[in-house]
Formats: sequence, C-alpha cells, structure tokens
Amino acid sequence: MVGRLSKRLAHGALLLLFAVFLSYVISSAALSPRAYFEDRQPRPSAATVDHELALLGTDDRTPVLERFGHWSWRAVHGDLGRTVDGGSVNAEFGRRIGVSTRLLLVGTLVGTGLGVLAGLWAAVRRHRLPDRALTVFSFLVLSVPTFVLALLFKEGALWFNQSAGHTVIRYTGERTPGLTGSLATHLKDRAAHLALPAATVALGAVASYSRYQRGATLDVLGSDHLRTAQAKGLTPGRALLRHGLRTSLIPLTTFFSFGFLTLFTGAVFTEEIFGWPGMGSWFMDSAQKGDINSVVAVNLFAAVTVLLAGFVADVLHAVLDPRVRTR
Amino acid sequence: MSTDAVNTEAVVLRGRGATAGRALLRSPGALTGLALIAGLFVLAYAGPYMTNWNYTDIDYTALRSAPGARHWMGTSRIGQDVFAQTVRGLQKSLLIGALVALASTALGAAFGTCAGYFGGWVDRMLMFVVDLMLVIPGFLLLVLLVPRLRGLGWPAFAGLLAALGWMITARAVRIMTLSLRERPFVAAAQHMGVGPFRIIVRHVLPHLASFLITDATVAVAAAVISETGLSYFGFGVQPPDVSLGTLIASGSDVALTCPWMFFFPAGLLLLFVLAVHLAGDALRDILDLGSDRAGSLR
Repeated sequence: MVGRLSKRLAHGALLLLFAVFLSYVISSAALSPRAYFEDRQPRPSAATVDHELALLGTDDRTPVLERFGHWSWRAVHGDLGRTVDGGSVNAEFGRRIGVSTRLLLVGTLVGTGLGVLAGLWAAVRRHRLPDRALTVFSFLVLSVPTFVLALLFKEGALWFNQSAGHTVIRYTGERTPGLTGSLATHLKDRAAHLALPAATVALGAVASYSRYQRGATLDVLGSDHLRTAQAKGLTPGRALLRHGLRTSLIPLTTFFSFGFLTLFTGAVFTEEIFGWPGMGSWFMDSAQKGDINSVVAVNLFAAVTVLLAGFVADVLHAVLDPRVRTR
Repeated sequence: MSTDAVNTEAVVLRGRGATAGRALLRSPGALTGLALIAGLFVLAYAGPYMTNWNYTDIDYTALRSAPGARHWMGTSRIGQDVFAQTVRGLQKSLLIGALVALASTALGAAFGTCAGYFGGWVDRMLMFVVDLMLVIPGFLLLVLLVPRLRGLGWPAFAGLLAALGWMITARAVRIMTLSLRERPFVAAAQHMGVGPFRIIVRHVLPHLASFLITDATVAVAAAVISETGLSYFGFGVQPPDVSLGTLIASGSDVALTCPWMFFFPAGLLLLFVLAVHLAGDALRDILDLGSDRAGSLR
C-alpha cells in the first residue's frame, strides 16, 4: 500500500511540475502586463515600463523559457515573485489561502458528508417519499449553475434582510471590517459570513454525491454478503452500516477527485459573487490586470489542492478496499 | 408453461434503434426531457419571428417596464425588449452548448479509443495528457485564454470550451475500449488484415454508441453551464451579442426591483439543464437495457 501510494505521489509531483510549467507558458502568452502599465494615467515612458517589467520578471522581450527559469529558481527558494502593483505574491498568497481553504474545506466536508447520508437514506427508503423528494431536490439543484445559485442566495438574503428590517443573513465579505471584541465575537462573525457561501459550494456536492451514494447503496443492498450478515442475526440497519456502507463508499472515491474540480470552480464563482477575498477572486482580478506572477500562484494553489484531493481519494480507496492494500 | 408461451408467441427480434425507440416512448422522463429540449430549441429559433422587437432595438418610451402586451417579458434598463434578448441569448447558448458537446464527445471518443486500443506508450502518453489537463480547473485556463481569442468571435470560444472538456469522456471510453479490444470480432478483423483505425471506427466505436449518445446529451448541459458562467463574468459571449449568461449578469443586480430581467433568462437556463438531465438519465437507463431487450416477446 505504501509503495502504491508513494508511486501515486511521485506521479502527482510530476504532474504538478508540468502543470506549473504549462500554466506559466499559457499565462505569459495570454496576458500582457505591458498593456497594463501602458494604460496607466499618466502614461509612463517606454523606459519606465521596461524597467517595471524587468523588475517583475515578466518582460515579454526575454524568451519565455528564460523567464520561467528565473521564476522557478526563485519559486523553489520560496519566493513567488511580485504582483503588478509591487506587492509580494507570497504575502498576498498568505492572506488569501486561509479564506479559500476555509470555503473549500467546509464545502467538501459538508457536501460529501450530507450527500452520503442523504443517498444512504434515499436508498433504504427506495421509491418512498424521502427518496422521491431527494431525487427531485437533487435534479433541481444540479440544474442550477453555481453562479445562479449564488445569485439566488444573495438576492434571497437581501430580500429577507429588507423584510426583517435589519441584517439577519450576511452575504458580503468573509468578516465584518473593523469589528472589535473577543475571539468568540470574531469566530461568530466569521461563521455568520461563511454560512451562505459554504451552502452555495456544498449544495451541488450534496446533490451529486447523494445520487452516486444512492446508486451504490442499491447495488450493495441486494448482495449476498449483506444477506449473510442479516442471517447471522444483525438487524438490517446494522448490517447496512457495518457491512454495506464500506463497500458502497468504494466507487465514490473515484468520483471524489473529479467532484473536487467542479467544487473548486464553484468556489471561484462563489468568492466573486459574495465578495470573498480568496484565491478565486484574486485570480479574476489578476487575469484582468495581466498579473502573470499572481495568476501562476493561484494556478499552483489550484493544482496542489486538486492533486491533494486525488491523493486523499487514493488513501480512502486503500483504507476502504483491502484488495488494493494487499496488491 | 413458459416454454408453451414462447412457442405460441413469435419471438420478435428488433434492432437496437427500434428497441431503444420503443423504450423511449414508454419512459415519461425521457419524453418530458426531450419534449422540453425540442420546445426550447423551437423557442430559441422561432422566438425572434414571434415579436416585432429585435434584440438590439431600444424602446425609449419604455425603460424598465414590467411584462405586458407591448413587451412580453418587460424591458431592460435602457429599453431593450427582454423577450427578444432572452430568445436570442437562448439561441446562442444552445448553439454553443450543442456544438461544444458534439466536439468534446468526439475528441473524448478519439483519444479514449486510441489510448485503449493501442495501449503501451500511446496509452501512457495520452493518459498523462488527460491527467495533466485535469490538474488545473479548465475554468481558470478559459479565463486566461478567452480574452485573447476575442477577435475570432464565438466559434473560437466554443472550440476552446470543447478542447478543455473532453478528458473525463476519454477516460471512460478508454476503459471500455480495453475490454472491447479483447473480444473475438476485433481479433477476427485483425487477422483479416484490417488496419487499426478502421477497426476502431468500424468495430469499436459502434459498441460505444449508447455511451457516447448519453455522454453527448449530458455534455450539452455541462457546456451551457460553462458558457453561461464565463459569459456572466464577461469572459464569454461579447456585447452587443447576448447569451443567457450575459443577460443573467445584467439582470442580477436588479433581481429584486425588476425581477423579469433576471428570472426569465435564469428560469430558461434552469429549465434547459433540467430537461437535459431528465433526458440523459432516462437515456442511460434505456440504452443500458437495450441489449437485453433486443430479443423480446411481443
């Protein structure tokens, strides 16, 4: 198992290298920091623009491979370069990573957890009211693109607050600016701001995981080993939880890594719409400014989290399925 | 008893198409979904002829007016007819969605069958490309690349969406090709000297038809969702042209005061994706069962 997982890790590291290289080349080809500087008012002189670009390491007159060489030399020493506005990419990265990770983590955990539970419940109550209700719910949710869902939630919160006369549901930013008070006040404030965006990110995951889990559970429900467990005297519920759940979770692990890609994209939309200063909104701002270093930094973050999700899926697969471990 | 029944009633062998067609007519989900999809396509292409307003027309006498006899879905901030805009946006979104789905399924089928059939280093190379393209979310790459291709218009945008959307299909196709490759009819064709690409087209792809049809159907919804999402953020379809995404974007900040600007395009988008999911789910069931039902009692 360790050998298999370390092989996967090496494969992941190779993919990460290629992905960062490609993202650097694509960003350099697609974005023009020169245009960003030249559009400034008052228009800077050509020499100033060249100087700024050279400082950033994004001078388009240097070959892209050479620029990548310089960038990666600094990157392996822990320096991701400077933003077009002169700030440090590392500092910006540090400020935003927590915001995005919080959203992604809560979205993934709530999404998979609730999705699996809902799917299990629907399979046990097959063709009865809970199953039908959940089917309708997941079809509806899967039909609403994440950005429309975010907008609906935001407008819904706005409407609710207007009717209530004061702010009940928070829908902008990840915290109240200038809030003073104890740690508990701050935590409560952050949780209040997290509720709506996290629900947006998690809801799609709940819908799709519950569909997969329902199908997987139905496959297991008719199996011999579950009947044997019941014949030994286990109640159907216990038999399903002890013997059925584990096997039904195995196919879900393969879905987990793809599901995370969708979730990540959803989180980018959610950050933009709810005004969260995370990696996603940084990416959108940087892409418009032609900020190559920042864009590559966000791509690096995306690649690492996606590969991490894939690795977690592999570990879960190995934990759930003994056949994988012994091979 | 049962043997008697078989003897007295003639066994009717039906082709795959006829079997699937009969199952389709019996499935309410598939019928509803396909009818809705057809209806929305008709609305998108016949809609512009149903009203006197063009999507670029501006009615200065009616700014932000609510839905009524003059403007069926009301007007926008600057007096554009929301019905004309919505059907035009629907047309663009559906066209892009359908083309992207066709192209990405075709790409996925081509890469998947080649990787599965040839195996060895071809397989390893192709699967490495697939893995690599799944590492960075496609949306991020689209945000970078779409503005660069703006001059080429929406076909380039659609091409880019397809180029970044075929990987998961390719994976599934590859797995299926791996098992098809071991079947006797492929060996027979090989011994007769049929070339590899001919075998893929003549003997492998027909066996994947039901999967590919279902996949392409569901891919239309995925493509429409990506297109509208990108257009919402200003990276997709560019003004003066409209798509459901740009309409939702311009209607979203007045969703409470002028709900018609937001809810008509958003509602049609939701309806279309829902219809595709309904049809796709039913198609999956029908086409999976198709092979078992081919020789059924009348």
